[in-house]
Amino acid sequence: MEVPILKQGRYLIATIQAALSDEDLLQLRRALLERVIQFRSRGVIVDVTALDVMDSFATRTLRDITYMIRLRGADTVIVGIQPEVAFAMVQLGLTLDVACALDLEEGLAHLEQRARSSS
Amino acid sequence: MGNKKPVNVPQPPSTQSTELLRELVAHLREHRTQLREEWASRITEAQLLTAMTKDEIFAEATSVYDNYVEALATGTLEALQSYSRNLSERIIPRGVETHEVVGIVLLLRDVLARSLFAKYQGDFTKLNRILDAYEPAANRIANTVAVGFVQERERVIRQQQEAIRELSTPVLQVRERLLILPIIGVIDPQRARQLTEQLLRGIRTNRAKVVVIDITGVAAMDATVANHLVQTVEASRLLGATVIVTGLSPEIAQTIVNIGVDLGKMNTVGDLQGGIEQAERLLGYKVIPAAEATGAA
Repeated sequence: MEVPILKQGRYLIATIQAALSDEDLLQLRRALLERVIQFRSRGVIVDVTALDVMDSFATRTLRDITYMIRLRGADTVIVGIQPEVAFAMVQLGLTLDVACALDLEEGLAHLEQRARSSS
Repeated sequence: MGNKKPVNVPQPPSTQSTELLRELVAHLREHRTQLREEWASRITEAQLLTAMTKDEIFAEATSVYDNYVEALATGTLEALQSYSRNLSERIIPRGVETHEVVGIVLLLRDVLARSLFAKYQGDFTKLNRILDAYEPAANRIANTVAVGFVQERERVIRQQQEAIRELSTPVLQVRERLLILPIIGVIDPQRARQLTEQLLRGIRTNRAKVVVIDITGVAAMDATVANHLVQTVEASRLLGATVIVTGLSPEIAQTIVNIGVDLGKMNTVGDLQGGIEQAERLLGYKVIPAAEATGAA
């Protein structure tokens, strides 16, 4: 299932709707990178509210997306990780050392703040 | 709850002992008033149930006596079981001890045995047969009451433990988007898990951005507990909240350095006040005295 990517001003918002296969995750990575270049975006928000499981491949892919987008000079923030998912992740020792926020609103606020502090 | 212990299963009595028990029960019913009074006075003499008044003891003695005879008559213990649970529920909060409950039931057993001796002292063979029928049944009853009491006590203890655990991990909001989590006492893996879950829920419902975890009240910390703390911090970060840990005692600081837990990712401040001040800075608050504020305006 393809993940829709919405453009909102200088930001991109990718909302994951359902559990993704590994192939879907790689497709998301490709698509996001292309759009960031195409729209010259300053920030990307990946919304994972709908996910109730986060495995090691998903974690690594999200981290890779963040690093790749940073190389393009844009920030990424992961929003909407559920409390149960967060707990399971730390129990399994999965580290996701990228910016996280509670929900879409918080994520946008985080990107705005980053933009302010860098300008 | 209603555990069927093997001891509670009535053995199929032989017809002869059934008859003897019937005779026994008739005897106990006939002398109810006298035996009951004797038992109640023996309880007072032995200084059992001191938490209760004389009238209360007599009232309880009456119902225990009737239930006891009933159990002897029917050979089933369900009614007695539920009665002893009910009794325990009433008397445990008043501070009645296990030895007192077991003591009064054993006293009743003795009082009744004595009255059997008195009645059948002329016919030794019959007395023997009566006691053969009486003793196993009486022991089973004593057992049931004691087990019922202990089970009720354990239930109360479990309930209290649950309550203490709930009370000991409050997640409090001190300012918009700022939570504090004071931890007091021992952290075991189970509690650490509950603590983390409660904190994560708190972060989501209060939309918190900063959390101050105060561990002034934690006496000791080993590698396991330190790791739990690191996990709690990491999980909170995944929800977008920054964690500040305050109140690390010198001993704990030493332990942590010695066991080499990586606390580098953690934000630590000396005491709770400092922690809250830093949290306010992170949230963009500035606390100044009112006089200064109006003076500047």
